[in-house]
Amino acid sequence: MRIFQYILLFFLVVCAISVSFSKKLLNSILIFMSYSLVMSIIWICLESPDLAITEAAVGAGVTSVLFFVTLKKINAIEEENQKGEKESMIEQRRR
Amino acid sequence: MSRMKPEEEYKRTKAFHFFRWLSGEKDPYIGNMEMKPQKEYIEEEASIQDRMRESQMVMDKVYNLKYNRWQIFFRYFYRIMAVVFCILLLGLLLFTVSYLPPTGNASNPDNNEVAKRYIEKGMQETGAVNIVTGMILTYRAFDTFGETNVLFIATCCVMIMLMIEDAESKKEEVLDDMRFEPKNDAILQATAMFLVPVIFIFGIYIILNGHLSPGGGFSGGATIGAGMILYASAFGFEKTQRFFNENIYKITKVTALCMYGLIGIYYYVTGANGIENHIPLGIPGHIVSAGIIFPINICVGIEVACTMYAFYALFRRGGL
Repeated sequence: MRIFQYILLFFLVVCAISVSFSKKLLNSILIFMSYSLVMSIIWICLESPDLAITEAAVGAGVTSVLFFVTLKKINAIEEENQKGEKESMIEQRRR
Repeated sequence: MSRMKPEEEYKRTKAFHFFRWLSGEKDPYIGNMEMKPQKEYIEEEASIQDRMRESQMVMDKVYNLKYNRWQIFFRYFYRIMAVVFCILLLGLLLFTVSYLPPTGNASNPDNNEVAKRYIEKGMQETGAVNIVTGMILTYRAFDTFGETNVLFIATCCVMIMLMIEDAESKKEEVLDDMRFEPKNDAILQATAMFLVPVIFIFGIYIILNGHLSPGGGFSGGATIGAGMILYASAFGFEKTQRFFNENIYKITKVTALCMYGLIGIYYYVTGANGIENHIPLGIPGHIVSAGIIFPINICVGIEVACTMYAFYALFRRGGL
């Protein structure tokens, strides 16, 4: 159990560092989500299941969904695809 | 393939349908399932070009490093300062940590009579088997009331900033949202149909069992809120508005907070003045027990669930 906790804690640190170093915003949100999930497992290991439920629902669920919605709103997801879309739209109009 | 049956009879068997589906000639689901065509969102050419020109202007003025010496200097300065700041903060925090008392020491300030009282007399005085919920909703009910108020104020602020009152811009926003709405995704809808009731029941279980098992109002409310978000994202806002629109949101939210306030006031007044508390504690371990914890848990759960869903709806289309 102790070794398992150490592995989880190591993974937590790796996640926390790689969130800030990933170039794409979508990737960093997904890493942040996995960070919350690992954190909720650690809460269970620390014998506080109520915090684990809250962490899983808020950290991994609601917060990431809000991030996704915000990124969609500011057109930060699929930037390359959307650029292609815009150009093709303009071309269609010209025809 | 050798056939014992004549052609017309074979066409009515299930095996024929299956092979037809397998070879991709006809999808049996098309026609049987409700597939509403989505209104197509068409953007005007002028606005597209406007947007592209604006982004190009930003790119030229800010990110084009060839013509912007100041930007180059600022980038180097920013990176160096970020590293220096991180090292300074790390040093400061480690310096503070070195002054903290060691963990588990008997003479630590946290090892006092308060914790002992909670553990020894908590169940007897609050009637809750789950001592954490018993603690935060009775001994520290004032703190939890403040937290619930913070949630209320947070949603109010988000509503002030993101709520769209104007009818025309609201219509525009709804149209704009249709671009991002899932186009009647069959997989998502089937999954949500199976998962949403389970999530709701689990959340309600957490709230109602808050004084018996791990959890409580906040965790259960967050779970229900996540389930509502899943429902809204799978079936669209029109379906959620049938059971949860703006009026219902306002009524439930304010009622829950007021109920919490009233129960809390009764508890504080009787406790502070030494008046006898008339709410029965019940038998520890039963569902309806533990005095004020049970109703307060429900109030907090409703409050949190409303907050979570309102955040999502307001972020996405500026209205509930």
